[in-house]
Amino acid sequence: MAETLMFNALREATDEEMARDDTVFVLGEDVGHYGGSYKVTKNLHEKYGDLRVLDTPIAENSFCGMAVGAALTGLRPIIEGMNMGFLLLAFNQIANNAGMLRYTSGGNFKIPMVIRGPGGVGRQLGAEHSQRLEAYFHAVPGLKIVACSTAYNAKGLLKAAIRDDNPVLFFEHVLLYNHKEDLPDEEYIVPLDKAEMVRPGKDVTILTYSRMRHHCTQAAKMLEKKGFDPEVIDLISLKPFDMETISASVKKTHRVIIVEECMKTGGIGAELVALISEQLFDELDAPVLRLSSQDIPTPYNGALERLTIIQPGQIVEAVEKMVAMQV
Amino acid sequence: MFILQRFHDCKVELNKRGYKIASKICNNLDTTDSMAAERTVPKFDSSSIKITREEGLMLYEDMVLGRLFEDKCAEMYYRGRMFGFVHLYNGQEAVSTGVIRAMRRDEDFVSSTYRDHVHALSAGVPAREVMAELFGKATGCSKGRGGSMHMFSAQHKLLGGYAFVAEGIPVAMGAAYQSKYRKDALGDASADQVTACFFGDGASNNGQFFECLNMSALWKLPIIYVVENNKWAIGMAHDRATSQPEIYKKASVFSMAGVEVDGMDVLAVRAAAQEAVERARAGEGPTLIEALTYRFRGHSLADPDELRSAEEKEYWATKDPITRFADYLTKQKLATAQELKDLDKKVQEIINDAVAFAESSPEPDPSELRRYIFAED
Repeated sequence: MAETLMFNALREATDEEMARDDTVFVLGEDVGHYGGSYKVTKNLHEKYGDLRVLDTPIAENSFCGMAVGAALTGLRPIIEGMNMGFLLLAFNQIANNAGMLRYTSGGNFKIPMVIRGPGGVGRQLGAEHSQRLEAYFHAVPGLKIVACSTAYNAKGLLKAAIRDDNPVLFFEHVLLYNHKEDLPDEEYIVPLDKAEMVRPGKDVTILTYSRMRHHCTQAAKMLEKKGFDPEVIDLISLKPFDMETISASVKKTHRVIIVEECMKTGGIGAELVALISEQLFDELDAPVLRLSSQDIPTPYNGALERLTIIQPGQIVEAVEKMVAMQV
Repeated sequence: MFILQRFHDCKVELNKRGYKIASKICNNLDTTDSMAAERTVPKFDSSSIKITREEGLMLYEDMVLGRLFEDKCAEMYYRGRMFGFVHLYNGQEAVSTGVIRAMRRDEDFVSSTYRDHVHALSAGVPAREVMAELFGKATGCSKGRGGSMHMFSAQHKLLGGYAFVAEGIPVAMGAAYQSKYRKDALGDASADQVTACFFGDGASNNGQFFECLNMSALWKLPIIYVVENNKWAIGMAHDRATSQPEIYKKASVFSMAGVEVDGMDVLAVRAAAQEAVERARAGEGPTLIEALTYRFRGHSLADPDELRSAEEKEYWATKDPITRFADYLTKQKLATAQELKDLDKKVQEIINDAVAFAESSPEPDPSELRRYIFAED
């Protein structure tokens, strides 16, 4: 076991997969000589050369399209979005080409590629650098969407994403790169489509992902002291949802709170609520509650920014209220 | 061998019809004349090259296949056998044939646009499969999922028809990057495939065009950008959309080769393509070929085509690449008029067979509606 920071876990995953398969390469802004803005690709270009760790000009739509072309013809590109928000500029290539091309081509081509990078609300980065694109991309067919949340799952999920034959949008969180964990010395893979049971409990199911997982575990600790027993599940896979794990939990607790960092309207939680209503309505003892970010551009001011996203105290309050509800 | 490159040719020239070259037409916003000025087409001396009878007949047949296939598409569209937006290629055949038939079939890559039927045919996708795709049948090259604007064939290295203007350019560049990667990063000496990327004058004003010229010149990628300048992006005259209508000149900004070529002369296009292919295979980087051409039909079969003047259409009709090349073949005694007629007949039979095949092919199985979304499907 070795204590590893998340950015290094991601780096190890990339390095191991590049060593294992020489069709794997990284491209993006400042991934090479600079080592990546969050040092996920630090020193990799020295080991693998400029073609396998390709510094691109600042041309998101074109280098994403280029990765699609490389994937169609047999390579396995990993795109690093310096900030995932920048990939709004590549929406067309990600949606039309990465997402839909296999279907449109009648199965002529497959598109094994990973699009990864930091998203989420950081510390006073302003609206454009604080985006949660997972919701924007959620409707695109053909994409798998995952969000990592710990050093352990970051490494195992990234390895799985690189080996997957489909386009995978891989969300990291800008405030989790220094998350520290002991990682196994031996190789491991974390499946892309499985949710992670963070804390089993019986009172209420809390569904969350990315950085909000840590807000939820903080809240759970406070709730334990107050005698509550919440179940916390990290969704990991945002598309498709692991309905098996979600369903088993809902059948146990009969109450659901979704804690997410994306905006409420058209968010990940919105789709989850719909699916839970469709599939598990009879199991529910209370309406599903969403704790989401405000539907506003993320403000710069620190106090306003804190008000924009959910804080642990709000989760505690919500659980108390929901559990107290009479059935 | 050929003087095809004219990087800094800014002379004001008059062509035989007395129009100034387009680059010197100012005040484009005030232009109300629907007859866009004609550019002086670079002269290509066909006596400078020798082609064999086999080559000549191959090029002729390929162009006729494109022409008659599209004519049949129009017929089938109006008879309600194919649907959606159908963009035909009539008039531009010398570009597809000239470029793609100068490449290695099933090895080199081709990417196209929404006007992709004929590029698919030149790349070797059987007429049956292209027609069946237009009929939406399970036997189509995209299994009836793509349609007119989305022809794909992994076998024939057809990277696809890309329906949004310019979006195919980066994808094609990725295929070219892959060739370079295999050669230089993986040491595969056999990875010398070239990619031809087709698009129109409309795409040449889009950022992806400039971004990709930059990257492919920077990395010396084995790619040929073929801009089929047919003067009109639907109803937007090229001269009204760009500050520099001579698209090939935009290559020089990126320190890459740019050539203009008479897109109605298959031999001129072929010569330019051969030079570009050679450059690409030798690892000397990309080429931008601007082929001056014209579409004989509207933008799509749904386009009333009201903006282009009769005068302009007549002018270009006299430049028909197929009659012109037929004339060349007979004058050079590479083929007789009767032999060409026989070829026309043979091609018509191929197309009739393609229609019969498409007609009798099964519809996609509804139980496979969700197939092909993911690689495992």
